[in-house]
Amino acid sequence: MNIKRPFLVELLTAAALILAPFVLPHLGFSPSTINRILIWGLFGIGFDILFGYTGLLSFGQSAFYGTGGMFAAYLLTQTGFSYVMAAIVIGAAVAGVVGYVIGLIALRRTGIYFAMITVAIAEVFFFVEFNPLSAFTGGENGLPGVPTPVFDLGFKVFEFDTDWTMYTFLAFWYFVGIVIALRIVRSPVGAILSAIRDNPLRAAALGHNIHGYKLTAFVVAAIYAGFAGGLLGVMQGFMPPDAFMFDTSGQVVMQTAIGGAGTLFGPLVGATVWLYLSDFFQNTLHLGATWKLVLGIVFVLLVCFLRRGIVGAIVDLYGLSTGRKSAHPAQASAESAPFDPAAIAPIAPRRRGGAPASGPILEARGLTKRYGGIVANSDIAFAVDHGEIRGIIGPNGAGKSTFFKMLTCEVAPTSGQIMFEGRDITGTGVSDVCQLGLTKSYQINQLFDRLSVRRNLTIAALGEARGKFRLDLFRSLHGVPGLDEQVEHTAALVNLTARLDRPVSALAYGEKRRLEIGLALATSPSLLLLDEPLAGMSPRERVETVALLKSIARGRTMIIIDHDMDSLFELVGKVTVLQEGRVLVEGTPGEIKTNAKVQEAYLGGVHGEMA
Amino acid sequence: MINWANFISQCFNGLVLGALLALISSGLTIIYGTLGVLNLAHGAMFMLGGYAGWVAYTYTGSFLVAVVAGSLFVMIVGVVVERLIIRHFYTRPHEDQLLVTFGLGIVFVEAVRFFFGSMSQTVPPPGLLVGITNLGFMIYPTYRLALLGIVAVALVALYFVLYRTRIGMIVRAGIEDSVMVDSLGIDVYRIFMLVFGIGAMAAGFAGIVNAPVVSIAPDVGEAILVQTFVVVVIGGVGSFLGAIIGGLIAGEIISITSMFNPGYSYVVLFVAMTLVLVLRPHGLLGTAGRE
Repeated sequence: MNIKRPFLVELLTAAALILAPFVLPHLGFSPSTINRILIWGLFGIGFDILFGYTGLLSFGQSAFYGTGGMFAAYLLTQTGFSYVMAAIVIGAAVAGVVGYVIGLIALRRTGIYFAMITVAIAEVFFFVEFNPLSAFTGGENGLPGVPTPVFDLGFKVFEFDTDWTMYTFLAFWYFVGIVIALRIVRSPVGAILSAIRDNPLRAAALGHNIHGYKLTAFVVAAIYAGFAGGLLGVMQGFMPPDAFMFDTSGQVVMQTAIGGAGTLFGPLVGATVWLYLSDFFQNTLHLGATWKLVLGIVFVLLVCFLRRGIVGAIVDLYGLSTGRKSAHPAQASAESAPFDPAAIAPIAPRRRGGAPASGPILEARGLTKRYGGIVANSDIAFAVDHGEIRGIIGPNGAGKSTFFKMLTCEVAPTSGQIMFEGRDITGTGVSDVCQLGLTKSYQINQLFDRLSVRRNLTIAALGEARGKFRLDLFRSLHGVPGLDEQVEHTAALVNLTARLDRPVSALAYGEKRRLEIGLALATSPSLLLLDEPLAGMSPRERVETVALLKSIARGRTMIIIDHDMDSLFELVGKVTVLQEGRVLVEGTPGEIKTNAKVQEAYLGGVHGEMA
Repeated sequence: MINWANFISQCFNGLVLGALLALISSGLTIIYGTLGVLNLAHGAMFMLGGYAGWVAYTYTGSFLVAVVAGSLFVMIVGVVVERLIIRHFYTRPHEDQLLVTFGLGIVFVEAVRFFFGSMSQTVPPPGLLVGITNLGFMIYPTYRLALLGIVAVALVALYFVLYRTRIGMIVRAGIEDSVMVDSLGIDVYRIFMLVFGIGAMAAGFAGIVNAPVVSIAPDVGEAILVQTFVVVVIGGVGSFLGAIIGGLIAGEIISITSMFNPGYSYVVLFVAMTLVLVLRPHGLLGTAGRE
C-alpha cells in the first residue's frame, strides 16, 4: 500500500501529535482531556490488534489495564522503587505474563464463548483487587501518590509535572506505541492475524499454528493495556481502582468500534469523540450522567449503520474517490490474452532432505471413520506413488471428502493409519501436515474474503517460508526471502496476475476457484489433494483449469476428486472408485470405464448420477 | 469451625440463587441457541423487569400485578428490540451482534438511571410471604422459600413450553437448524421474535421476583450477566438442562464461598469455569460446533 512512501503514516502521526496542543484547545478540549485521549488511544491500539486484526472480541481488557497500572503504582508508592519508566515497563511486562496465562484459558474457545470467558475473567480481577489483594492495591481507595517521571540528562532536568509537559511525555509513548503496532500489522505475523480473523480454519490448513498467533495477539494487547494503565497512574498521580471495572473494558470496546476497528487509529478517534462528548454534555450542557445515555444511543446507531467506524468510513470514502480508475485497463488486457499455464515454469515441490523419489508417497491402511452409527469410510487401503496423478470418483455420499479430510488430518480417523513420505502422520494436525508438504484445495472455497488476492497468496506462501510458528513481529513482509517471487509466480500460474490487488470479494466465481487452487499451490506441496476443482465451472473454464492442473502436476503428486469424468480421465493415470465408504475398484481410466461394478454403482444404485 | 446451621442456610441461599440463575441463563441460552445471537443486554433485561415491576407496585400495591407487569413489559421490550434491531444482525458477524447488544444494554441501564435515578429501590414481598418459617431443622425467610418454589414453577413452565408444545418443538428444531425450519415453510422470523421475547421475559420475571430479596438499582444486571455467562460456559450453550445444572453449581459456589470470604466467591467460580473448560471444553451438556 505505502511501499513508495514507507513512513508516511508515521510522519503524519508525528505531525498530528505535534500540532494537537496548538489546535485542540481552540476546539474546546482541555489539556487533561487530551492526555486521557492519548492513554485510551494507546490502550486501544493493543485491543485493536486483538479485535480489529485478529477478530477476537475481548470484554476483559480492564484486567490487564488494571494489573499493569496497579503493579507500577505499587512499585512506585509502596516499595521505594523510584524509576518511573522502569516501573511502567515492569507493570506492562507483568500484564503480558498475566495475559499469557489468561490467554491459555480464554483461547480454548472462540467467538461468543471467548467473549463470555473474558467478561468473567475481568470480573474476577475486579473482585480480587477489591478484596483479597486490597492490602497491596488499596482496595476501593486505590493507590495515591504516584510520582511524575523525571529525566535527568545531566545538563538539563525534564520534569513532567504540568498538563502540557505530561502531554509531551504521553504523546511520545503514543507515538512509540503506534510505530510498533504498525510494524506488527505489516509483519508476517500481522498478515497471519488478519487471516485468522477472516478464516481461521484455512489459516491453520495453510500450515500456521493459529493458536500460537492468537495467543501472541492476546499478549500484545495485554502489554499495551498494562503500559497504558501504568501511564494512567503516573498522569493522575493516583492509580484508581475503577481501572479494573467492567466499564473500562466496555469503554475501550466502544471507543474502538466508534473510531473503527482494524485501523489502529480508530481507538484514538473513538476516545476523542467519547471524551469530547462526555465533557461537552457534562460541562457545557450540564446534563450530568445523561451523557452516557446519549452516547449509548449514538453507539447503537453507529454499529447499525456505520459498520467500520469513523476511520473506516474515511478510508472507504478515500478509496471511492481514488480507486476507480486503476483497475479497468489491466482487466481488459488480461481477458483477451490467451492463457497458457504450460508456458510458465512450475512451482517446485519441497524437497525434504533425501526423501526417496520413488515408491509410495502416501499410504493409508485400514482407514475407518464413524460418525455415531454412520460409517463414512470403512477399512480403506490406499497408496499413491511419487509423481502419480490419481483420480478418485464415486457417487455422492461415497465418503470421498471424508477420506480427504482424514488424509490432511482435518478429522482424526476412528481407526487406521496414514503414512506420508514414510512418516506416520495419523493424529497430527492439519497445520503440521501442511508443513510436511501435504495440502488440499477445498470443494467449497475457503478464502480470506476481506483481503486482496496478493495477501491471500502471501499468507499461503508464508507457511513454507517461516514454518508453523515464528515471532518475527518486526520484520517487513517484503523482507521474507523468496516470498514476493512465490506469490507472483503462483498468481501467474493460476492466471490471477491482473487481479493481484483486488479484494477476493470482488472476484468472479471462476477466479475464486482458481485462487482456491492457488492457495494450496503456494504452499509448495509435494502432495496436493484437490477436492472437486472443476465444480461449478463453465466448459471453457474447465478446459483452462485442466491445462492448469496438468502444468502444476509436473514434479508433483496429486490426488483429484471430481465428478467430471471426461476431464478427470484425461488427467490421471489411475482411478480409485469409492462406494459407500469402501474402495470398490482401482485401475486405469480405460479399465474403470468398462468395469461392470462401476457402472452398477453409478447407474444401478439409488444414487443414479453420472456427472 | 463451621457453623452447621449457617452452612445449611447458605446451601439454601445457594439453591435459591442457583434456581434464579438457571432461569435467567435458560433465557439467554434459548435465544442464543435459536437466533445465534449472544444477548449482552440480558442483564439489563433482568434489571428492567425489576423496575417495571416496581413501578407497577408503586401504583397498585399488588405484588402479583408487579410480577405480571414486569414480565410482560420485558417481553414486549424483547419483541420490539428483536423486530427493530436484532433482526438486521442475523447475517452480520458475531462481533457486531455483541457490540449492538452491549450498546443496547447500556442504553437500557442509562435510560432507567435517567428516569428513576441511581438510588436503589425495594419491593416488599406480598403480605402472605412476609416473615420467617421454621422448617424444623432451620429457620428461613418465608419469601426466599417461596421464591425457590416460584422459580421452580417458572422453570417447569418454560420446560413445558419448550418440550411439550408445538411452538416449543419448532424452537428446538430451530436450535438444531434454523435454515431447515425456514425451508419447511415455517416463518422463522416470527419464531425468532417470539423466542427473543420469551428469553427476555425469563430474565425480566427473575428480575421482579428477586426484587424483594435484593433491592433493585440500574446496574444490578451487570453482576447477573457475568454470573449467567459462567453458568452458560459451565452448562454448555444451547442446552436447557445445562443451564439448570450450571445455575445450581454457580449458585452453590457463590453462596458457600461467601460464607468464608465473599471476596473469593468469584475466584472459586472462575476456577470451576476453568476446570470445565479444560476437561469438557463444550460445557457439561454442550455439544461441539456451537460457537
